[in-house]
Amino acid sequence: MSADQVSRGALSLDNVVKIYDPDGASVMAVDHCSLQVEAGEICMIVGPSGCGKTSLLNAIAGFHEIDGGSIRLDGQPLCGPARRQAPIGPDRVVVFQNGALFPWKSNLENIAFGPVAQGWLSRAEARERARVMMAEAGLAGYEDEYPGQVSSGLRRRVEIVRALINDPAVLLLDEPYRALDALTKSVLHEALLEIYYKTRKTIFFITHDLEEAIFLGHRVVVMTARPCRPKRIFEIDIPHPRDYSVLTSKRFREIAAEVAEAVNEEALKSFVRGEKEG
Amino acid sequence: MSSEVSLSVAGHERRSSRVNLRRKLFAVSTRRAAISILLALLLWQLGASGPGWLGARIPIIGAAPSPVAVAEAWSHLVADPHYWRSWYLSLFRVLFGFASATLVGVPFGLLLAVNPTFRRISYPVFELLRPIPPLAWVPASIIFWPTQELSIAFVIFIGAFYTIVINVLGGAEAIDIRLIQAARSMGASRGNIFWRLILPGVAPSIRVGMEVAIGITWEVVVAAEMISSGSGGAGGGLGFFIWNSYIGGSYPNIVVGMISIGIAGYASSAAVRLAATRLTPWQRS
Repeated sequence: MSADQVSRGALSLDNVVKIYDPDGASVMAVDHCSLQVEAGEICMIVGPSGCGKTSLLNAIAGFHEIDGGSIRLDGQPLCGPARRQAPIGPDRVVVFQNGALFPWKSNLENIAFGPVAQGWLSRAEARERARVMMAEAGLAGYEDEYPGQVSSGLRRRVEIVRALINDPAVLLLDEPYRALDALTKSVLHEALLEIYYKTRKTIFFITHDLEEAIFLGHRVVVMTARPCRPKRIFEIDIPHPRDYSVLTSKRFREIAAEVAEAVNEEALKSFVRGEKEG
Repeated sequence: MSSEVSLSVAGHERRSSRVNLRRKLFAVSTRRAAISILLALLLWQLGASGPGWLGARIPIIGAAPSPVAVAEAWSHLVADPHYWRSWYLSLFRVLFGFASATLVGVPFGLLLAVNPTFRRISYPVFELLRPIPPLAWVPASIIFWPTQELSIAFVIFIGAFYTIVINVLGGAEAIDIRLIQAARSMGASRGNIFWRLILPGVAPSIRVGMEVAIGITWEVVVAAEMISSGSGGAGGGLGFFIWNSYIGGSYPNIVVGMISIGIAGYASSAAVRLAATRLTPWQRS
């Protein structure tokens, strides 16, 4: 972990507004949301279904424009008053909810995709680098299998490596471990932390899973029901590096109770309104 | 990671035992198929042997030539170059029409999928023409095209074209938007997205389109040959062979022609399926 790696990846959201306008009925998804994510931080975003957290992530990624405010990465404006939509780029790679590996490429080719597409490695070099990274991530032996041939837990790990090979400033994770069983999740959490301790990438991580949020995060940001903005921010004072013994610690339980209370209130609002997931 | 390694070994063992199982199943099903065909032939032979033993004629089968008669007719035809020429003509037409429909249909469908302007201009016309059955094109085709060969090929083309285009278009639209977003977030250019995402993403649909289309081409070629032969030109082909046998009153030959088309259709479908499976190697298991 070198100093210049950690100096990359500070995200700054200022009064971000996102309005959806289906059929003329404008719906505010994100309402003057301000949040500072430090370089090298694992920032966990927790909020009820349909609260607009994914809208926020998509705006950071550049998949859609924002209607107010600004988003900056390391001081450089991604989007703001002058340009409402951030450029999509390999400095902010997204890992999606249900996975978005290319089914027609082997795991190795999936990982080699980014550097070849961006043109800074030849295909052979990218494959070699992908092979090394897979081995480091404990994925040796699965290089030539297609994603459809390996377990969903393995797929998620391949996808994280596929994002990392681009050396992004920020990893944007949109509920990557949703729909996995608890045991697989716990393995993946420790694997993610292991990767994090090596790379110290800033991680912007959306989840519904409070345990996941507290276990992984430096901070847990609890969002309000739609429109989305931070309701409370919890500093998780459990020291890193963490492993699974943390889960049963007294401190963990205390924090979990507090976070659960904050989330529950918003979840109830969202539930009463009948928000859809996604 | 040792647990995973042992898991994958277990996976391989399971896979190989599955292959063995499949081999066994295959053997049993082959035997059953053979028995089923033999039984059908036996019933056909009994039914076609005339009213003698039942006291009454069985409808349809009773009027048909018996399998023995068909086999005898076939044994003569095997030595007849005209019969093989019919095969060659039909097969050539099917492959020619099918290949041109694929070569035109796949790019056309892709263009419809990725270019909204092109789609706005051409899709309504496409949808308007699509419900017209291929055989309704036969007379117009004979008028439009200078040779009978080209007019038959065109009708076959029509039969396969729509199916391929609709499948390509549907397949392109079904590509998960997140795959495209993921590719873009990893720095893929538009060209990259087309060649490395849209094209492989559509491949399974191209495969389905081709498999369905080859079946349609055989339906069309036979009817087209029957109809166009009526206009005086001796176009030949298996369809014409059947029709000609009917006109000439050699009923066993009709059945030989029918079975020949069945075999040809099955063989070309199998060939296309085999070739198309190579388009999508990730779907093999």
